[in-house]
Amino acid sequence: MSVMPVVLWTDALIFALLACVLVLVWLIRRQEHLRAPWRVVAQRPMAMGAALVLSAFVAIGLLDSLHFRERLPDSPADAPQYSIDVLSVFDILVGDLRTQQEKTYSAPLAMQLYAKEFVQREGKTVREYPRLKFGGAHLQQEAERVPDITRRSLIGFAQGLALSLLVFGLLAAWQARCSKVSFGDWLAAWGEGRLDWPGRTVVFFVTLLLVLGSVLLHLAPAYHVFGTDKVGQDVLYISLKSIRTGLVIGTLTTLVTLPLAIGLGIAAGYFRGWIDDVIQYVYTVLNSIPGVLLIAAAVLIVQVYIESNPELFDTAARRADIRLLALCLIMGVTSWTGLARLLRGESLKLRTLDYVEAARAFGVSHARIISRHIFPNVFHLVLIAIVLDFSGLVLAEAVLSYVGVGVDPSMHSWGNMINGSRLELAREPVVWWQLGAAFAFMFTLVLAANLFADGVRDAFDPRQGIRR
Amino acid sequence: MLAYILRRLLYAIPILIGVNLLTFALFFVVNTPDDMARLQLGAKHVTPDAIARWKVEHGYDKPLLLNARASGSAQLTDTIFFKHSAAMFVFEFGKGDDGRNIGNEIRTRMGPSLAIALPVFVIGLLVNITFALLMVFFRSTYLDLWGVVLCVVLMSISGLFYIIAGQYFISKLWNLLPISGVAGGIDGLRFIVLPVLIGVVAGIGSGARWYRTIFLEEIGKDYVRTARAKGLSEVRVLFRHVLKNGMIPILTGAVVVLPLLFMGSLITESFFGIPGLGSYTIDAIQAQDFAVVRAMVFLGSFLYIVGLILTDISYSWVDPRVRLQ
Repeated sequence: MSVMPVVLWTDALIFALLACVLVLVWLIRRQEHLRAPWRVVAQRPMAMGAALVLSAFVAIGLLDSLHFRERLPDSPADAPQYSIDVLSVFDILVGDLRTQQEKTYSAPLAMQLYAKEFVQREGKTVREYPRLKFGGAHLQQEAERVPDITRRSLIGFAQGLALSLLVFGLLAAWQARCSKVSFGDWLAAWGEGRLDWPGRTVVFFVTLLLVLGSVLLHLAPAYHVFGTDKVGQDVLYISLKSIRTGLVIGTLTTLVTLPLAIGLGIAAGYFRGWIDDVIQYVYTVLNSIPGVLLIAAAVLIVQVYIESNPELFDTAARRADIRLLALCLIMGVTSWTGLARLLRGESLKLRTLDYVEAARAFGVSHARIISRHIFPNVFHLVLIAIVLDFSGLVLAEAVLSYVGVGVDPSMHSWGNMINGSRLELAREPVVWWQLGAAFAFMFTLVLAANLFADGVRDAFDPRQGIRR
Repeated sequence: MLAYILRRLLYAIPILIGVNLLTFALFFVVNTPDDMARLQLGAKHVTPDAIARWKVEHGYDKPLLLNARASGSAQLTDTIFFKHSAAMFVFEFGKGDDGRNIGNEIRTRMGPSLAIALPVFVIGLLVNITFALLMVFFRSTYLDLWGVVLCVVLMSISGLFYIIAGQYFISKLWNLLPISGVAGGIDGLRFIVLPVLIGVVAGIGSGARWYRTIFLEEIGKDYVRTARAKGLSEVRVLFRHVLKNGMIPILTGAVVVLPLLFMGSLITESFFGIPGLGSYTIDAIQAQDFAVVRAMVFLGSFLYIVGLILTDISYSWVDPRVRLQ
């Protein structure tokens, strides 16, 4: 099967961001004074547990960012034609989850649709719950369902546990060799929490993730674990696909914010005078416009642009992607003011310090003073802002999608899931699984991000140590 | 004092002009009236005639900044900028797509918005401060630690979840309160309880945590140590000293949002069917009613700037150390 790789704008930016992060990690590893605060983060159990959960999300998001279009099977070899569906590596990995579509709603792990319908049976029309096409299709009758689910979950659980034991064994052996102690001594140290990193928490979370993944892996091929939505799509699949949207909004928005906030904030504080006045004026104006309204106005404009230039986008995915990117841009442009104000205040303080004055007296250029003396001293503020903003942005996506100025309606996102199903609680029987899944996934990501942000802030904020 | 307030007011004018120019650029230059017409009319009905008619109906058939055809001062006044942007300075917002006067709508809808937003704000402030003081009182114990964890958990829950879960459980399953809507008089109170309750609960996480940091910062200061050394009880220290000094950052943070309460809350109002400014805005965004969105942008910025001025005044009022130059 030949494919045509598709690089969406957000894909390119995400991988550019990943490259930046890797370069940054490499730089930090070489400098002891930069490594020290990260070591503090690594010693906090909650931050490390959160980091593991986050990395699971990021892994899914990255896999979902490698896009391609499949070649149509009957197209000629010399002039190949490609499907208009843009797929990702993640779609291939989850296999049939994407294509196993039911007729409409069905409850989690069900084998029947959620409501009765008229069906033809032996020439007669009867009203009953129709069977699902895929969910529980291997079962003969309802009574087999619960034992089958239990059996699959137990097998998944056992396999996950075995796998994590294996991982743990390898880790223990490796760590014992590194620190040159016997295997047993290391295990004892681990059990009593005497390691210099939160070993028990890390192992617990790795086990939790592996077991959860393994149980899902055993259940998902035969059932719709979180049910299906209105058009019969698997809710688990949609929730997993939404991870990428959430991550893109949380990270790319910050990417837009940073140059504006750092450049303008430091410039205002360092140069003072009319530059300060102009920059302060600009951010007061932007700040005084209610955020949602500014975003709404800008999104409406982007929508007009997209609709009047349909020829620029060859697939629906590209169009949705541009809208996502525009949303990130707009949210970035509206949200840099807070950080800029913080950086301005800090640079105002820094510029009067002796070593900056000395540098100026020696005739060091402004650009060099800023890059050597000012920026490294405000970097912790930037980092804290990045991690603190992330969770807020993920939550904001849901609200914006509800208002109707969020991501493209065709894009998988938690906001769209909530928006599409919030009225279904009024149904009888209640359709709760779509809302529940969206909220649960969003909550997990945001909670992990918040806990990680707390750890980072505690390690980097110099004021935190003095308190109490 | 008067001179100071006057100077702040004068400083507000260029900011309002900036907001006005920005909205003008967003709504008329980047996105021309022709584009708006196309979006409003829908793909099927777009003809040059229809666009021209739509523009005449909405008063967008004039030049942007300078009307060369008119004479005298009409050259400047008979333009889109003067009619639609500059007019907002005297709160002349014109008509929405539904033909109603936006100014009138704003005046009638401010009340319901305030009826929800004000109780949420006041009760929320009290509840958050109470929680924060409790956590500070039990600081460095497990109670404080789990209090902070609870705050982080509450913060991580989407605001939409609070509303949807609240409506579902309290109104639908347990039938305690009406699910949405409004009513006049005493009966109306029953409709207000649920949105206010949800608004307060949704704000506890971030609010209590924020006030806790403020109080903790105060508690490390020398005057607190002096107060303890005098032999004051911890409760007395907290209420007489820490709370009083913590009020400065709290009040200045609270005053700035006070005028914005008029705007209401977009999400709460639309979920609870409250005919306030929040639901008005959300409807306008969904119907792509640019005139209303523009008016709300201006109103929001205006109220924010009023809040900034009030903050400055209150700051000098609460904290005698701040001397006004």
